[in-house]
Amino acid sequence: MATKLIRALYTDDDILMNAVKAVKEKKLHIEEVYTPFPVHGLDKALGLEDTRISAAAFLYGCLGLSVAITMMNYIMIQDWPQDIGGKPSFSFFLNMPAFVPVMFEMTVFFAAHLMVITFYLRSRMWPFKEAENPDVRTTDDHFLMEVALKGDLKELQEFLLDTGAVEVQIPKNNE
Amino acid sequence: MYQFSNRFRLVTFVLMALGLLGLGYGFLSAPSTVDEAKAMMAAGHDEHSSGHGDESHQSDAHVEDTHDYHLEEAVVAEADHHEEEGHQEEAAHAEAGHEADYSSGHGAEQAHGSHDASHDQHMLDQMKNRPWSAFYVAALFSFLIALGVLAFYAIQRASQAGWSPLLFRVMEGITAYLIPGAAILFLFFVLSSMHLNHLFVWMDADVVAHDKLIQNKSGYLNSPFFLLRALFFMGGWIFYRQLSRKYSLAQDLATDDSNFVKNFRWSAGFLAFFLVTESMMSWDWIMSVDPHWFSTLFGWYVFASFFVSGITTIALVTMYLKSKGYLEIINNSHIHDLAKFMFGISIFWTYLWFSQFMLIWYADIPEEVTYYVMRFENYKVPFFGMLVLNFIFPLLVLMRSDYKRVNWFIQVTGIVILFGHYMDFFNMIMPGTVGAYWGFGIAELGGILFFAGLFLYVIFTALTKTPLTPKRNPLIEESKHFHY
Repeated sequence: MATKLIRALYTDDDILMNAVKAVKEKKLHIEEVYTPFPVHGLDKALGLEDTRISAAAFLYGCLGLSVAITMMNYIMIQDWPQDIGGKPSFSFFLNMPAFVPVMFEMTVFFAAHLMVITFYLRSRMWPFKEAENPDVRTTDDHFLMEVALKGDLKELQEFLLDTGAVEVQIPKNNE
Repeated sequence: MYQFSNRFRLVTFVLMALGLLGLGYGFLSAPSTVDEAKAMMAAGHDEHSSGHGDESHQSDAHVEDTHDYHLEEAVVAEADHHEEEGHQEEAAHAEAGHEADYSSGHGAEQAHGSHDASHDQHMLDQMKNRPWSAFYVAALFSFLIALGVLAFYAIQRASQAGWSPLLFRVMEGITAYLIPGAAILFLFFVLSSMHLNHLFVWMDADVVAHDKLIQNKSGYLNSPFFLLRALFFMGGWIFYRQLSRKYSLAQDLATDDSNFVKNFRWSAGFLAFFLVTESMMSWDWIMSVDPHWFSTLFGWYVFASFFVSGITTIALVTMYLKSKGYLEIINNSHIHDLAKFMFGISIFWTYLWFSQFMLIWYADIPEEVTYYVMRFENYKVPFFGMLVLNFIFPLLVLMRSDYKRVNWFIQVTGIVILFGHYMDFFNMIMPGTVGAYWGFGIAELGGILFFAGLFLYVIFTALTKTPLTPKRNPLIEESKHFHY
């Protein structure tokens, strides 16, 4: 059986941040924190690893740039060369300035869209998926911290209330 | 209180002395007669004079020859040839360019008759311009760095940014250079208007007499009005700098926030003033070296260039002070924010540079495109090298978040960016003043060294005057606790 997860609810992000630090100091394991909005610095307080999405974004941007170059080269130079504004398109290099806006837009397009898709996949989110947050109030004005039970239950409950929790829930069993 | 160490002071003096020697060498080695100029060309730059016969013609494109239009036409014809490699009619093109009569009032035959003599005189003028231009590019760039810092400072004040008040003293120290910088520049403009050099060809009555385009602009482009405007711009900027500095220091001793509020109001007013005067300054001091040419977003482009240089300078000075044990309250996040600005404004600069370039390249109007033809033909290395230094390098190096917190990384990048934007100004000034006879030698290096030394001396002297941390700025606590 997995360890029992105790849920502590907070109503303020500053109190939550201090609570997270206090819990960490006690060497208790925090399974997850649910917040209605991104809390600045929470990832660092929780000791989460840095996101790798920026590296992914860079690669997606490179992909978009390559697609744009290939596409413009095929469309404008190889398949159907035209003389636009007295600049016959016989060479990609000489016509390149005209393609830069497209190259830029495609880079941004690929980076942005693929990044969002990656983020959803990585967070295991898709349409019609059931919400995972244990308490609906975390979508409104409450912050919820799940702490793995270690030692005495009563003691932990007291401790969490001391850190400023407005409520501590002890679920019957964790599925 | 910051102590300007003797060693560092000595370094700045050595830089200034070396710079003066370099500039002096540049002035002494410039030719003073047509024969000397010809001899120098024959001796040193054979490839220039024989290899590309047309190159020297191109450099004429913007100035004083009476048959200006014909040459521009020739340049465009050649540009066409270079851009459309399908054409094999170079000779025909160039010929047509020379013969095509644009007929704007001045006789073509007569002009061709005096061609050789006026061309030689022109070559001499451009070669004589070289040390002056080397001096001017460095003087202008160092002054504009201080101006960029002033603009950044005013934005922080006007937006009441919470992260930056800890850096205010550093910024105020750098803007102290505005006064000596402006004095030097103004003296330079006065000397130019006295015809000691030939940088601003529209100051030469002979040129204007034969040039319809400049005649049309002479209501704006004339020496007295030019000097008056320069005084007005510099006066306004320095006035704000001194006033804001006064309020900033007074705020430390005050019991309320009234100085802070006054500073906020004056900063907002200054930004409005700056926006207009900066743009006009860029037309006057930079665009007018190519008096036939014009670009509507030039002011913005110049601004982006010296704005990013100014922010880079703030970062470099801050990190230097920190490495000496001052400003220990400045943390990684402040540096990170400055680096983000360096990154962002570098991209912004590229965006403006490209916007200006692409429209002119695509429209291919003779009077506009000569500007780039000149640079493509004669300035390949500085022109494209500067793009790599100012765009590709910061893009790749500063993109990663972690790297923006590594001090030595920012320092190396910052120096590259500063050099890159020096080259940007080099590319703005040199083609219009020395044309094809440019070089990057002792005179240019001397200009850089002299103004680097002067700049460092002035700003670090100013930094010793007051404590490096403001005391009673209402946002100082937020700035101290700034973390990202």
